[in-house]
Amino acid sequence: MRYEAPETIEKACQLLAAEAGHARVLAGGTDLLVQIKTDVLDPSVVIDIKKIAATRTITSDAAGFKIGAAVTGAELKEHDALKAAWPGLVEAANLIGSTQVQGRATLGGNLCNGSPAADSVPALIAAGAKAQIVGPEGRRELAVEDVMIGVRKLALTKGEIIVSFTVPARPKHGGDAYLRFIPRTEMDIAVVGCGVALELDASGTCTAARLSLGAVAERPLLVAEAGRALVGTKVDAAAIEAAAAAASAACRPIDDKRGTKVFRIQVAGVLARRTIQLALDRANGKTGATH
Amino acid sequence: MAKHHVHTTINGDPIELLCDTGETLLDVLRNQLNMTGTKEGCSTGDCGACSVTVDGRLVCSCLMLGVEANGKKIGTIEGLASGDALHPLQQKFLEHAALQCGVCTPGVLVASKALLEKNPDPTETEVRYWLAGNLCRCTGYDKIVRAVMDAAKEMRSA
Ligand SMILES: Cc1cc2nc3c(=O)[nH]c(=O)nc-3n(C[C@H](O)[C@H](O)[C@H](O)COP(=O)(O)OP(=O)(O)OC[C@H]3O[C@@H](n4cnc5c(N)ncnc54)[C@H](O)[C@@H]3O)c2cc1C
Ligand code: FES
Ligand code: FES
Repeated sequence: MRYEAPETIEKACQLLAAEAGHARVLAGGTDLLVQIKTDVLDPSVVIDIKKIAATRTITSDAAGFKIGAAVTGAELKEHDALKAAWPGLVEAANLIGSTQVQGRATLGGNLCNGSPAADSVPALIAAGAKAQIVGPEGRRELAVEDVMIGVRKLALTKGEIIVSFTVPARPKHGGDAYLRFIPRTEMDIAVVGCGVALELDASGTCTAARLSLGAVAERPLLVAEAGRALVGTKVDAAAIEAAAAAASAACRPIDDKRGTKVFRIQVAGVLARRTIQLALDRANGKTGATH
Repeated sequence: MAKHHVHTTINGDPIELLCDTGETLLDVLRNQLNMTGTKEGCSTGDCGACSVTVDGRLVCSCLMLGVEANGKKIGTIEGLASGDALHPLQQKFLEHAALQCGVCTPGVLVASKALLEKNPDPTETEVRYWLAGNLCRCTGYDKIVRAVMDAAKEMRSA
């Protein structure tokens, strides 16, 4: 196995595209190194993207934030402006593993590992995040919900790398949240995860809402029906109930040791209700803590 | 494939070494540098026995390549005591009997030191969440948490 650490994204794409064997991007390595050690993967070269400045920085302007794909969860947590604007996203990234894992784990790695249970992905989808992708053919952008197409399957083609994610500026009366269900309090994989972002007008009527679920299908889902159930309402109990029912209806989960299909479908509804409430409280200027 | 020539700093000392791509920082510390204070429990990021700091950031050395240490400042358990003088955390672990077999202890100490540098006055809940990635099969954690809280108190008044 060779190791390359190029300083430009173009060079990194070139190395990836030109490799005859199996080339793999290395970000925080918290998935990749485990997979190499357990013989799930055996790459001929790993391409460390952390020397590429654009993957390691967070910038912001009036339109919103651009977050480098290789920024770690611990770094997101230390970015006060991002935390104030998108607390749900930052909390989701910081549910990943332990303090030690958060010191290395990145948003790009969480998405590109291709697990349906990846915690930060529903939060990114709810926030309306876009992935900026660079490859041998140039640059393009994909909505995060379009990046993962199945278990360990991505819409990226050979040589393509996610450089960064953009999320919009926080709307005036906007709020987001991410909650997951795990059988214990820390260090576990989501049985269901739910991200919500919503926006109110001055009268408290919902003008936009996005709800995303993790671990209930072969990839994280954007549940458009749930968003529609909230828009135009005051996000009252009936609207939240309708959105939760839409969330449960969108699930097509598997049975596994973490939970049965029936359980996951029910938990998706419960979590949807709680996550919408937390996002609503935040949109109304109340600060809700998750633990 | 030639070995990677790595220049790094460990506990303040400049170190030069050669390693293969497949060697983790944990392998390099233990097998090349004979710094066996850092322990290997699982090698998959689950137990925290291999905790070190990299440029001040707490990480699992089993989930980082040795070559990635190039140009970085690494902190290990061997850097805690100054000569014969134990770090307050080490002293409190002895006083509170916060270790039994001791395999988790270096990782717990390195992680606790990183916490107290960031947050000198943590609540018990903050200590427990911070250390959630440091598994201990012996103590039941209570004495560990008490020792960390006590060390924090002493360090604040020092
Ligand atoms: C103990 C432990 C606990 C964990 N707990 C959780 C958890 O609770 N929730 C959770 O969601 N995950 C968890 N994980 C999984 C993992 O930590 C996360 O998925 C993490 O976000 C991966 O990021 P990384 O930077 O380490 O990725 P890496 O391991 O570096 O990369 C992961 C994959 O994505 C590819 N890749 C990385 N970056 C890019 C990019 N920018 N462009 C294209 N491809 C890329 C790599 O080639 C690789 O295939 C845990 C892992 C461990 C070891
Ligand atoms: S040996 Fe690194 S976490 Fe267990
Ligand atoms: S003292 Fe034995 S594992 Fe912690």
